[in-house]
Amino acid sequence: MNVAQPKYKTSDEVDFLIIGSGAAGGILAKELSTNGFRVVVLEQGPYLTEADYTHNEIKILGEDLLTNHPKLQPTTFRKTPQDKAKQQRALVYGRSVGGTSVHFTANFWRFHEIDFIERSKVGAIPGANLVDWPIRYADLEPYYTKVEWEIGVSGQAGASPFDPPRSRPYPMPPLPVKSSGVIFERAARQLGWNPFPAPMAILSQPRAGRSACVNCGFCLGFGCEVGAKSSSLVAAIRFAEKTGRCEIRPDSYVHRIETDARGRAIGAAYFDKEKNTHLQKAKAVIVCANGAETPRLLLMSADPQFPNGLANSSGVVGKNLMLNSGAIALGVFEHPLNDYKGYAVSRILHDFYELDPQKVGFCGGGGLDARFDATPIGFALNNMPPGSPRWGSSFKKILGDNFPRTMEVFSHATSLAREDNSFSLDPDLKDAWGLPALRMTYRDHPDDLKIATWLNARALELLDAAGAKQKWNYPIVEQEFAVHLLGTCRMGNDAKTSVIDTDHRTHDVKNLFLCDGSSLVTSGRGQPTMTIEALAFRAADRITALAKRGEISA
Amino acid sequence: MPGFGVDASQRRDYSLFSFQPTMMSDFSRRRFLSQLGGGISAALVAAHWPEMLAAATHARQAAQSGTPHKFEFFTPEEALEIDAISARIIPTDDTPGAREAGVIYFIDRALLTFASGDQPKYREGLPELQNALREKLPDVQKFSAATPEQQDELLQTMDASKNQPVARRRNLESAQTFFEVVRVHTISGFLIDPEADFGNRGGVGWKLIGREPEHTFQPPFGYYDKDYPGWQPAPKAADKK
Repeated sequence: MNVAQPKYKTSDEVDFLIIGSGAAGGILAKELSTNGFRVVVLEQGPYLTEADYTHNEIKILGEDLLTNHPKLQPTTFRKTPQDKAKQQRALVYGRSVGGTSVHFTANFWRFHEIDFIERSKVGAIPGANLVDWPIRYADLEPYYTKVEWEIGVSGQAGASPFDPPRSRPYPMPPLPVKSSGVIFERAARQLGWNPFPAPMAILSQPRAGRSACVNCGFCLGFGCEVGAKSSSLVAAIRFAEKTGRCEIRPDSYVHRIETDARGRAIGAAYFDKEKNTHLQKAKAVIVCANGAETPRLLLMSADPQFPNGLANSSGVVGKNLMLNSGAIALGVFEHPLNDYKGYAVSRILHDFYELDPQKVGFCGGGGLDARFDATPIGFALNNMPPGSPRWGSSFKKILGDNFPRTMEVFSHATSLAREDNSFSLDPDLKDAWGLPALRMTYRDHPDDLKIATWLNARALELLDAAGAKQKWNYPIVEQEFAVHLLGTCRMGNDAKTSVIDTDHRTHDVKNLFLCDGSSLVTSGRGQPTMTIEALAFRAADRITALAKRGEISA
Repeated sequence: MPGFGVDASQRRDYSLFSFQPTMMSDFSRRRFLSQLGGGISAALVAAHWPEMLAAATHARQAAQSGTPHKFEFFTPEEALEIDAISARIIPTDDTPGAREAGVIYFIDRALLTFASGDQPKYREGLPELQNALREKLPDVQKFSAATPEQQDELLQTMDASKNQPVARRRNLESAQTFFEVVRVHTISGFLIDPEADFGNRGGVGWKLIGREPEHTFQPPFGYYDKDYPGWQPAPKAADKK
């Protein structure tokens, strides 16, 4: 923690109160404090740094050191609004300063032009609430470039023939290829596909006081001990703190946005570590709490003036949830790959980004990547070939043989928005603070299952072409667990069908802004954080312009 | 032993096995530090130096300690039985198994910390095991006294799970049956980061799976990337399908 950061009083009406310090909140904090505004960031989780991160799988994955806690923050799940929700762990998200960007895989490719205009191109899809974005790829392009240069993305411009246009190359070359990447690249080329070095938000060269990746091998799910992974903590928040105008306040769990009689946000009420409540005053509030917690907070902030929840005159807060569909195929090879070394993904292909619905019979698209993201315990429990012994000497033999010889081909793909898919407040279950628990309602659109199945078949073809000794895939089933939390407060021009406008301002409350995964209108083809961060940089420009024109407080 | 942060008076004063915990002398963070080289910013090392030093000192003290281990959750009799189960889950054959990795100490510690919710599974599971033993092998007093073949046969009856791939989840799920709990705990204790305070003693679990303990690696990483010439655009003919 930077000692220079200011300590605002809760009664100080700061310029901006940002709720959530993750991918979007961290960038908004940096941009707005750099632009001269006084900013307080409230983060529900603790302020952990490189010194707190560890390779201990039990602490990180088992005890949720970096993530939301299923016992303190229980959740419920149901498939449709007609069902009664059952208590089960429904989602995971980062819960420390830096949010999910602390532990993400760091796949950082841009959405393509199609993702913004798919509805116009393919028409209405039965059972889906597919609409165009109110902005286009071209609007975001400068901000994608900003993410690459300011946050730190390694990659090779022009390596994929399917990439959208860009104004600048990557600031750093790709990370070193892994054996899984070489196997993937050679096989994909045999099949006539176009593999390319995966763009990753991990430094391949030292930059801005941060180390290059040391290939430690505990990447997905873990915090980076050397600051090479471009989390918002190392790439944005530390710069926000240096402005002397931004206070990061951890262990601060916001449960309500307060409004005045004119229907304007005046600040947010939160619990501190000891569960005492405070109200931080602010001229404007920006919620960046993620696609689950942002709608939850708006719904919990209902009052007589806003009976359906804050900024919810449209009724769509929490709805149109998208998770991205995905599929996993695994292959075992003759020689050691030692893919546990290094980051997760080194090669990727986007030949199937835009599929013709007339030809394949469904709406959707996606890509394949070569990866290994299993850590030792997780591998032994979950990544052995089907039918393998689960214990005993033969288990031990296969475990020893396979760990260095296994790789994964992961399929990442579209989710179609459906109005019934949502986060809402559970009517019965409460969290450890007595607040309504998150209830997830989710059933994949049939096309999401079809694209996942289709891509998984390509992944198996690839493993065949690569000469895998053994290959298998996990069954494609309806998802009941959320990692990507998208679309639940979608952006749009129509206040009746969307929650925020193109400035990220809520249609209903003039000084309330939302920016995170909830803002997305479509899911892209997976890997949304790059786009969330581009939106955050853009939102910072828009909000700064509004503030300078006096259009927020007026 | 010192440094585990548990009041000595709370421990049961037994030592079950003849070998001493050797801990992670090979894997201390000093090694991490020595490997960092120029790849890391000096500021970061400076910022972390106190913590790194503390961790390394702790590891060294632990390694040098001659005090026998004391169980905190299990009685020595219970520990013998769980150890016998673990030793069938990951047996000692031509390479070290659960026993050499000190898995029993990991489980003992786990049941007082992150896995405290599983205490009833062990409290109820051990008598169940005893009952099953009495039924199948009336002449054998304890599971730990049975032959490995008898033990395997008995455990097969307690392993209800099928050999199917499970839908992969990011988090380590809590297991449902006694055998499954012991299986998950044994695998966890065998394969956990050897820098952790308990489990994977001497790094034997990671040696089995070929996972080198270093924190930094340089390419080439494996067989297939060692002759990789660097990324080149695809030849024109292969450009379009």
